[in-house]
Amino acid sequence: MRETSHLVHKYLRPTMRFPHIWCPGCGIGIFMHALIRIIDRIGYSKDDVVLVSGIGCSGRLPVYVDFNTLHTTHGRALTFATGIKLAKPRLKVITIMGDGDGVSIGGNHLIHAARRNVEIASFIINNQVYGMTGGQCSPTTPYGARTTSSPYGNPEAAFDVSRLVEAAGATFVGRTTVYHTTLLDRLIEKALTKNGFAMVEVIAQCVIYAGRWLGLASPAEMMAWQRDNSVTVEKAKELNETELAGKTIIGVLADRERPTYNEECTKLRTQELKV
Amino acid sequence: MKKDKEREQKQEEQNRILLQGNEACVRGALMAGCRFYAGYPITPATEITEVMARELPKVGGVFIQMEDEIASLGAVIGASLAGAKSMTATSGPGFSLMQEHIGYACMAEVPCVVVNVMRAGPSTGLPTQPSQGDVMQARWGTHGDHSIVVLSPSSVYEFFELTIQAFNLSERYRTPTILLADQIVAHMREGIVLPSKEDIEIEDRPQPTVPPEWHIPYGDPGTGVPPMPAFGEGYRYHVTGLHHDLRGYPTTRKEEVESLMRRLFSKISNDLERLQWFDSFYTEDAVITVIAYGCVARAGMQAVKEARAKGLKVGLLKLKVLWPFMRRTVTTILDSSQKVLVPEMNVGHISREVKRVNQGNCEILTLNKIDGTPITPAEILETLEEVYP
Repeated sequence: MRETSHLVHKYLRPTMRFPHIWCPGCGIGIFMHALIRIIDRIGYSKDDVVLVSGIGCSGRLPVYVDFNTLHTTHGRALTFATGIKLAKPRLKVITIMGDGDGVSIGGNHLIHAARRNVEIASFIINNQVYGMTGGQCSPTTPYGARTTSSPYGNPEAAFDVSRLVEAAGATFVGRTTVYHTTLLDRLIEKALTKNGFAMVEVIAQCVIYAGRWLGLASPAEMMAWQRDNSVTVEKAKELNETELAGKTIIGVLADRERPTYNEECTKLRTQELKV
Repeated sequence: MKKDKEREQKQEEQNRILLQGNEACVRGALMAGCRFYAGYPITPATEITEVMARELPKVGGVFIQMEDEIASLGAVIGASLAGAKSMTATSGPGFSLMQEHIGYACMAEVPCVVVNVMRAGPSTGLPTQPSQGDVMQARWGTHGDHSIVVLSPSSVYEFFELTIQAFNLSERYRTPTILLADQIVAHMREGIVLPSKEDIEIEDRPQPTVPPEWHIPYGDPGTGVPPMPAFGEGYRYHVTGLHHDLRGYPTTRKEEVESLMRRLFSKISNDLERLQWFDSFYTEDAVITVIAYGCVARAGMQAVKEARAKGLKVGLLKLKVLWPFMRRTVTTILDSSQKVLVPEMNVGHISREVKRVNQGNCEILTLNKIDGTPITPAEILETLEEVYP
């Protein structure tokens, strides 16, 4: 409690009009708390942290916290973040996106950011639904799920966000749920300290909309569902395909080294340039 | 004295270089202090991206080729927020994609320069042929009410000069500035003498003069343009495309929305007198004045010279600023001329504005061409002779 109070006073903007816009029981707050906790633990100066978000429920996160904060356009947070990191490499650039935001309208930016390897710690809060606009299906909504824009069941298959970003070349990929807070902390810390493009997929509950099609009526039920349907990377290795069906694999999915775009820029500057 | 002059001339001849319009644009940008460029290849603006890729690393700047034009302008805005003077360049189809972020830069007041080398549209249109069809898109392309600054060069030197000015205006007003060139000006080569850096005036965005705890990120210091510290300099503040209050936090309160909107408009409209940039030739006694911009102004100049040789009292007003529309300058011409001819390579974008500000004293004539070929001096001359009273 004392630790939380310290974080609140140190990192939440006293000038901001609270309460926040998130529904009671939303998973985004758990992530925000964890993010602040880890930033504090690492000890970054608030002046050196830039939080960039897109549009949607998750997009509102930066306004509450006392960093350099940038609320951009739908899906494009990574493009702004790229410009910031390249123009001022000493800044710690963090992006926060949702699943509709980062994977649908921003899907192309996501894979290119992973390929390009600009040092950005990116977090995709995956609640499997467009929450702010009223519960439409997103690219991570499961097949068959009824949403406000798929009243007869979602006819499309869902993206596996982490595997997509891993295939695109990200140097660090992790996945967790907001139920698994210890893992959440660990992955945030790894992403923030990674020298390269890092992405953590954070599965969070949208009680109001996603809860509806899962038949789970409370935040506690949804978090219990997260607990029961997740398998760690280590444990997944021992399970066969049938046992893994419908399960979410959580943990560190990729961790590798590759020169960053900033390093390539520095290399250019130190060379004698000839075309 | 004579020797000095000769030496000066000789020196000037030595400094004269042959440049393509797009190359001159890059020279201007670098001289203005541009240190970040993000772009995506598109004809006929690609040379700007290519030359930037070659030149920026040499001056310690950053070049990046993004995955599309939306991303390019996103990165440019990000870099500008981090303190770098930034730019991108494109043509019609890419300019359409950039509209989303042009609106963002207007709303969040982020200085940046967007070059649009116009080609004939709509859609993919005629990638290698000229047009002036994007004049209204440059004004109203992004959604919502907003103000915008748009400049139009008509020569290689002007492309250089107006690129510097585009940076200056974007920094002065904290607004995206659009350079509307056309395929002819961009691809044409001319011998020009570049001024030395000492002879050029460079403007930078206003900086806070108070410590961070006193700084009001979107407060009006009197000029309508709030000081803009870069990210990472101790002034932690919030930037959003939502309507926001003085601190930058989202708001739906009508008083706050109204005052933000009014300030966004007035910071530019209050300064219109400083944005009357034009060249006029033989307009003092002109019975008919040609009002033109971009490559068409070149044809207009030639036509006016030939008409004068034939004894016709005609003149030319060449517009360098398209938006905000130079009402005072144009009205002066409308008061002194009997007729005004507005030749344009579109269906009539600026002629519509000229008609709008006309008080009924002057007859407005148009000459429009939309077939992907330039308007020639002969065509303008023919029209002048036809309508000459």
